[in-house]
Amino acid sequence: MNLSRFFIAIVRQELQVAFKRWGDLASPLMFFVLVASLFPLALSPKHEVLRNLGPAVLWIAALLATLLSLNALFRTDIEDGTMEQLVLSPYPLPLAILGKTVAHWLLNGLPLVVLAPVLAVTYYLPEDGVRALSLTLLLGTPTLSLLGAAGAALTAGVRQTGGLLALLVLPLMLPVLMFGARATDLAGAGEQITGPLYLLGALLLLSLSLLPLASAAAIRISLD
Amino acid sequence: MTNQADGLTAIELTLWRGPNCLFEELSFEVAAGSLLLIRGPNGSGKTTLLRVLSGLTRPETGRIAWCGESIEKNRQAFGAQLAYFGHTNGLKADLTVTQNLAFAAQLYGQSGEQIPALLDALNLTLCADLETRYLSAGQKRRTALARVLMSPARLWLLDEPVTNLDKAGREYVIERLCSHIAGGGLAIAATHEDIRLENHRQSEILLGDDL
Repeated sequence: MNLSRFFIAIVRQELQVAFKRWGDLASPLMFFVLVASLFPLALSPKHEVLRNLGPAVLWIAALLATLLSLNALFRTDIEDGTMEQLVLSPYPLPLAILGKTVAHWLLNGLPLVVLAPVLAVTYYLPEDGVRALSLTLLLGTPTLSLLGAAGAALTAGVRQTGGLLALLVLPLMLPVLMFGARATDLAGAGEQITGPLYLLGALLLLSLSLLPLASAAAIRISLD
Repeated sequence: MTNQADGLTAIELTLWRGPNCLFEELSFEVAAGSLLLIRGPNGSGKTTLLRVLSGLTRPETGRIAWCGESIEKNRQAFGAQLAYFGHTNGLKADLTVTQNLAFAAQLYGQSGEQIPALLDALNLTLCADLETRYLSAGQKRRTALARVLMSPARLWLLDEPVTNLDKAGREYVIERLCSHIAGGGLAIAATHEDIRLENHRQSEILLGDDL
């Protein structure tokens, strides 16, 4: 079997398993929808207040929803021994980790990208702002998944992670949050957002090229 | 110590776990067509030694060579020759027996057409479409064994291969072990039970107090 077929097999298996566990899959998304839709109810109903706060709230909710979904990322794989099998297989481990991360993004990141524009309506975001929100989330959430996977790999061997994972990856996720929320804000005010978009793209490429290698090394250490 | 061209060689392995020395300067060779039993009481480091041999755990000193080449340097080539039957079964609890095995077949680059026959031989046909979380301990073990049996690997690392199996299952495993070894394969099994193969080369390592 060649590498691309291996990659597809990993993604497929992850999706198969995830669809058997609807509850785990839905709870981070529920969290995102609840936080994002409760803010407009608690804040002042003035359009300009909501419009100013909207990008930040939506982005923070997306970031926290991603964090919520990370804890279980490699834990069951390690507990049931399937990770050992992947480590010992003749295929490169970073590719397997990348496959699992891509599946994580398809299940957690992509729904956020789809849901956010719908929720943006409650914040009276202008059309440009909504478009920027979708674009920045599309570029930003894969980076969040990759960073989260590295953190999950590092903490996979720890018994009680508690807030450790969040503490570890949150600082690394901040640039994505800042560029994402700021670009959405700027676009809403009619400004150019090419700069932040390029930076988000650069962050994504950097994470994509380096983090699967780091995650694989961390998994090896966790299993030792 | 000669570097055997075809087989697994362990050279002066030492591993400590906390204050306990599990093994010190342990050297042995497993040649093609033979079985090595790792025996010892619970907690004597049988599983750990198997993990070291698979490359999952790094020993403090010493090295392991497969066909004369260090396994650390040739991880992929070694991985293609290795079937590891660990203390965990390596099955996804949410997937069915067939789905689990089909995934393993894909990893081995096989079509998976031998799965029904294998399930039949292991007496698993009735639970083929059951999620593995509903299986008994023995049935899970059998499913994990099916994965080893369909792998093209020459080296089998087996952790307690016959525990939790009934008499028929045990006999089937030993029969397959014999044919694997007769075909030039190697097997290393950690067990606290006695496995005897008729007419096949077999050696033993004892871990623990009586070492």
